[in-house]
Amino acid sequence: MANIIDDATIDYVGILAKLALSDEEKEQAKKDMGRMLDYIDKLGELDTEGVEPMTHLFPVQNVFREDVVTNGDDRDSMLKNAPGEKNGMFVVPKTIG
Amino acid sequence: MAREYETVIGLEVHVELATKTKIFCGCTTAFGGAPNTHTCPVCTGMPGSLPVLNKQVVEYAMAVGLATNCNITRHCKFDRKNYFYPDNPQNYQISQLYLPICRDGYVEIETEEGSKRVGIHEIHMEEDAGKLIHDEDTNCSLVDYNRSGVPLIEIVSEPDMRSAEEVIAYLEKLRLIIQYLGASDCKLQEGSMRADVNLSVREVGAKEYGTRTEMKNLNSFRAIARAIAGERSRQIALLEAGEAVIQETRRWDDAKETSYAMRSKEDAQDYRYFPDPDLTPVYISDAWIEEVKGRQPELRTEKMKRYKEEFDIPDYDIEIITGSKHMADIFEACVAICNQPKKVSNWLMVETLRLLKEKEMDPEDIRFSPENLAKLIGLTEQKVINSTVAKEVFEVMFDSDVDPEKYVEEKGLRTVNDEGALRKTIEEVIAANPQSVEDYKNGKDKAIGFLVGQTMKAMKGKADPASVNALLKELLNS
Repeated sequence: MANIIDDATIDYVGILAKLALSDEEKEQAKKDMGRMLDYIDKLGELDTEGVEPMTHLFPVQNVFREDVVTNGDDRDSMLKNAPGEKNGMFVVPKTIG
Repeated sequence: MAREYETVIGLEVHVELATKTKIFCGCTTAFGGAPNTHTCPVCTGMPGSLPVLNKQVVEYAMAVGLATNCNITRHCKFDRKNYFYPDNPQNYQISQLYLPICRDGYVEIETEEGSKRVGIHEIHMEEDAGKLIHDEDTNCSLVDYNRSGVPLIEIVSEPDMRSAEEVIAYLEKLRLIIQYLGASDCKLQEGSMRADVNLSVREVGAKEYGTRTEMKNLNSFRAIARAIAGERSRQIALLEAGEAVIQETRRWDDAKETSYAMRSKEDAQDYRYFPDPDLTPVYISDAWIEEVKGRQPELRTEKMKRYKEEFDIPDYDIEIITGSKHMADIFEACVAICNQPKKVSNWLMVETLRLLKEKEMDPEDIRFSPENLAKLIGLTEQKVINSTVAKEVFEVMFDSDVDPEKYVEEKGLRTVNDEGALRKTIEEVIAANPQSVEDYKNGKDKAIGFLVGQTMKAMKGKADPASVNALLKELLNS
């Protein structure tokens, strides 16, 4: 494995992803991430001279909507997926602005 | 000798676009709905939902870019900005990092030293977040996603400004351009225009920029001016004490006139941007740019020039009236009806400005219709009411846009044109004020003013002062 992920990196990625990993999980994640990066590195071996940079997987562009209201009030359905509901709003853990 | 410092300021201005629907779904952007009644799976970030770009957002962004001398990016696309915060239901904001729609523009501002260019680094399109409300009862936060997905453009300037005055001139300029384009109403207080101030200080003559901070929560021009003064002093005090300025985001508290750091160092600002695979790239052709250019409405400088040619009104009036798109619209619509530019301009410049100032309102908040102003002008022209009554009627019209013709009839405010009644009243006034009559006859011309006043009072203001004056002279000299 060419890419070695150190503890600081895996801790940092854990913070960004809001994941609390146990020591065993950390070791496993370090290995997985190293292998992923190795795989990505393979792409660097390709000769891309003269190849147009790709911005999207499909050769499609300019998929638009017209500016017309099509949705009505569907609050009850939306709130069905909420962790909690109060006064028509989603209840989430206290968040300080 | 005390060191002299220069303030270096760049702005990030967010503007809410005036589209009917959100940027990626068909939900309304209307204000004031009950919480979450303007939401759908897309703007609440439900898994599997597919965002589709609102074409009008692209056209507004292009219009603003063209009006601020930007280059339009022919191939542009959207990226995901990843962060966790409950007002952002997807855990990423759809924005543009790598290929923003507009780049390398500028606007001209007027400063004491003359005209100056403020560079525009880029303009990009993105979505707004929802609103968080703290719930005291449960000690939880409640989220309303009605604003989630409302289209924004972010206009990023170069660090070209050196004072609060320049910042405000730049914001005023942007606001006017965008209002004229109809792309947004740009109200700072209501949050449809928001400015974040990036500020650093350096010794006068220094080549390198100092470390900058970013200040948020500035919702009036006054708050911006105070925040700039406050942050400049804070940074200078740090440098004078031999300490370093830390690059951070600070929140301005206008009531306390102080700012505090918003994020601690442990919170990494690492947004891990990557192209949004749900959205296809946008290709902007020359033909499309020309089409948007062709639809570009008359901007302020063009309007000022046209007013000068078309209307016989002072330059100062033109500057004030065109200083608000809404006021200019009222002016033009009213002139189109009554064809009295000077009269319309006078009502706007004198009574309207007076009432706006008195009631602490912006010209954008004017509610009376051009039709009603034209009617009021017609009533005074035809001497149906005198100017004092007209001012009273105007005040009512300013508050509630009443129809002045109906109002004058209902309140019985018509000028009394019955010469018999007027003659009778004047005779009574003359009889009751022998001293003034004596004074007038002894050459004290001022005495007639008093007699006119007494007559107007007796007529409850409903007489034409010129007729009163003429008739009084006639009776006194007879």
